Amino acid sequence: MSDIAERVKKIVAEHLGVEPEKVTENASFIDDLGADSLDTVELVMAFEEAFNCEIPDDAAETILTVGDAINFLEKNAA
Amino acid sequence: MRRVVVTGLGMVTPLGCGVEITWQRLLAGQSGANRIENFDVSDLPAKIACQLPRGDGTDGTFNPDQWMEPKEQRKVDEFIIYAMAAARQALDDADWHPTSYEDQCASGVLIGSGIGGLQGIAETALLLQERGPRRVSPFFIPGRLINLAGGYVSIEHGLKGPNHAVVTACSTGAHAIGDAARLVAFGDADVMVAGGTESPINRLAMAGFAACRALSTSYNDTPEKASRPYDRDRDGFVMGEGAGVVVVEALEHALARGARIYGEIVGYGLSGDAYHITAPSEDGDGAFRCMTAALKRAGISPAEIDYINAHGTSTMADGIELGAVQRLLGNSAATVSMSSTKSAIGHLLGAAGAVEAIFSLLAIRDQIAPPTINLDNPSVETAIDLVPHTPRERKIDYALSNSFGFGGTNASVVFKRYTQ
Repeated sequence: MSDIAERVKKIVAEHLGVEPEKVTENASFIDDLGADSLDTVELVMAFEEAFNCEIPDDAAETILTVGDAINFLEKNAA
Repeated sequence: MRRVVVTGLGMVTPLGCGVEITWQRLLAGQSGANRIENFDVSDLPAKIACQLPRGDGTDGTFNPDQWMEPKEQRKVDEFIIYAMAAARQALDDADWHPTSYEDQCASGVLIGSGIGGLQGIAETALLLQERGPRRVSPFFIPGRLINLAGGYVSIEHGLKGPNHAVVTACSTGAHAIGDAARLVAFGDADVMVAGGTESPINRLAMAGFAACRALSTSYNDTPEKASRPYDRDRDGFVMGEGAGVVVVEALEHALARGARIYGEIVGYGLSGDAYHITAPSEDGDGAFRCMTAALKRAGISPAEIDYINAHGTSTMADGIELGAVQRLLGNSAATVSMSSTKSAIGHLLGAAGAVEAIFSLLAIRDQIAPPTINLDNPSVETAIDLVPHTPRERKIDYALSNSFGFGGTNASVVFKRYTQ
C-alpha cells in the first residue's frame, strides 16, 4: 500500500470516527462510513491540509470513496 | 389552560456532573471556584472561575465522552456538550423516552444560551485571518449556533415537537422554562425539554466581561471567597459554566404515565427595564414588575412565597434586587428565606436560571433553603433571611426564582409543591 493510501485511510478513520479496518478502498464515505455531506466537505479540507494541495469543488464532487481520494491525491499531491 | 409540572431534572455544574451530587455539595457549603489553568490569564484581571470538575466521570466529575461521541465533540462548542449531558440526565430522570411517532411529535425542546460558541468563533476568526476562507470548517456555523444545543438534543432523543431557543443573556434559563411551560399549557406539546447552557470560560469572554467591569478581581488568590452576594466586600461576579435542563410536562400526561412530580410551575412573569444595556434600573422597577406578574399568574399573594432563589450575582446590583423584593414583600419580608446559590457555583449566565430553577424545585422537595456562602457582613440591613453560610430547614410550599439579564430583560418563575 502506498504512503498516500495509508495516510488517506488514517485521516478518514479519524475524521469519521470509524474502525480503521472498515476504511477499504471501495468504501463510500456516505454509504459505508456514515458520513453526511458536511463530513465529506471537511474530509476534502483535511486532505488539502495533509497533502498541501488544492482540491477544486468540481473535483471534490467526484471523490466519493476512499479509493477516489487515493487516486486523486496520487495524481495531484505535491 | 392545562396544569404544568416538572418531572425530570438534569445538570452539569461547577459542583459536579449530576443533580444529586451538585445539591449535596451546595447544601454542604462548598464552592466551585478555582484558578483558571487551561489558558493564559496573566494579562486578564479576573484569573478565577467556577469550572466544571473534569475527569473520568466518577465522583461527580464531567467526562464529555459519556455524553457525546468524540467525533461529534470536535464539531461543536462546549455549551452543546453540556446541554447534551443535562438533557439526557433529565429525560432519564423523567423516564421519558418517546418511541412512537405520536409521542415524539408531542415532545419538544426549548434550550437556550446567553452567548453560545464564543470559543469557536474566536478560533475560527483567527484561522480565517491566517489561512483564509478555504480552511473554515463546514461545522463552524452549526457548531456555534445557540439553537443547535436544542437541535442536537432533539436528534439524539427523537423529539419532534416544538424546537425553540431563548437568547436573553442571564435570563435565558428562566425564560426557557417559563416559555416551555406556556407551550405545554397551551397544548403545543405534552412534554418539553427546557433549560439553558453556557461555556463562557475562555479568553475572549473573560476579557469582554472584565471590560464591562462585571467580574470579581480582588480574590484571585482566594477564589472560593470571591462570589459573595449581599456581602459588603463583594466586587463582581465569578464566571461559571454548565447547563441545567428540566422535563416540563402536562400534569394529566405525567399522571397518566405515573411520573414522579418535583413541583408545579404555577407562575411566570416577564418584564423589560428599558433603562441601560448592562445596568439594572436603580429603583429595581423591572425586577419588581416581573415578580409581581409571576405572582399574579400564580394567583398568590407575596406573603405566600417561602423561598426565593435570587439572581444575586455578587455585584452592586444585589442591593437593587433586594430592594425590589422588600418592596414586593412588605410586612411579610421576615417570613421568607432568600439565597443566592451563585455564591457557590458562580454565574452560569444563560444556564443560571435553569440551574437555579432546579435548586428551587429541590428546595421544595427537601424542605430546605440552600445557603448563601461567604455572606460574612451583609452590606444592607434587611428583615429577609439571606440564609448565610448554612442551609435552612423550613416549610417551602412556594419558591420563586429570579433572573435578570443584560439589556434589561427580567424573568421570574414560581414553583409550587405538588398537591392534587
